[in-house]
Amino acid sequence: MGTMAVETWMVHAFCATIFCIGLVGILIRRNILVVLMCIELMLNAVNLTFVSFSKQLDHLGGQMSVFFIITVAAAESAVGLGLVIALFRTLRTVDTDQIQLLKE
Amino acid sequence: MNSPAVFADVSPYFFFIFAGMAILFSTMVVFKKNPASSAFSLVLVFFAFAGIYAAMDAHLVAALQILVYAGAIMVLFVFVIMLLSSDVPSLDMKRSGLMTRIAAVSAVALLLVGLIYVFKNNPSLLPKGPHSPEKIAQVGGNTRAISQLMFSDYLLPFELTSVLLLVGIVGSVALAKRKMGGTK
Repeated sequence: MGTMAVETWMVHAFCATIFCIGLVGILIRRNILVVLMCIELMLNAVNLTFVSFSKQLDHLGGQMSVFFIITVAAAESAVGLGLVIALFRTLRTVDTDQIQLLKE
Repeated sequence: MNSPAVFADVSPYFFFIFAGMAILFSTMVVFKKNPASSAFSLVLVFFAFAGIYAAMDAHLVAALQILVYAGAIMVLFVFVIMLLSSDVPSLDMKRSGLMTRIAAVSAVALLLVGLIYVFKNNPSLLPKGPHSPEKIAQVGGNTRAISQLMFSDYLLPFELTSVLLLVGIVGSVALAKRKMGGTK
């Protein structure tokens, strides 16, 4: 065993890092497109966690879950971007601070 | 430690290069001012993830990652970005206050440290499942094993996926159409 073997916790720590980067993006960005991209990033981190557990536990159910998550992500981004376009047509902005229709 | 050599067949150089690439480009997704740069960084993150999936013998997932994420979803994103805000490099990060940013980053960093601590000190003790590498090779490869599973144990979720995609199509058409009726 070399000194630089990939260990289980490293893979999971890497997934957690990507997830947290996506979370930071959602918290500090105001551009709704970037927020959607960060959601995709977090979904990807979860997918990699599923795949690594699938390999670790010798069970393909994890990879099946990834298949379903990818489908849900595709549907989510199609509808989400449709909403963004509808919002932009109404408000002329993609900034989450400017979306305050319920305030008035 | 129950089994230290789970990822022994994953080349460390391969994994660390792709992991470093993914972390670098995902920070660029968050901190680039122009949404188009974020989108292209995200494409590179998806490719790095696909490389890691392939290294972990998840070949179908790697192919789907390239086709669906880097192909379909990112084209949609880039299309919308070009449609909406190609002229304005958004300076939105500057406007959220410094305290807010520091609070967000430190809270998430705390979460990350906690997660890594848990992962490092608590090895998974779950029992092994039925799909060992030998079994998968005997069935005829990862894709064949997954498709057999998909049309037997996971048939109902698979069929529900088609309903979900139908809802997605109808939803996006309805969003576009309602808008056209509204402007009239």
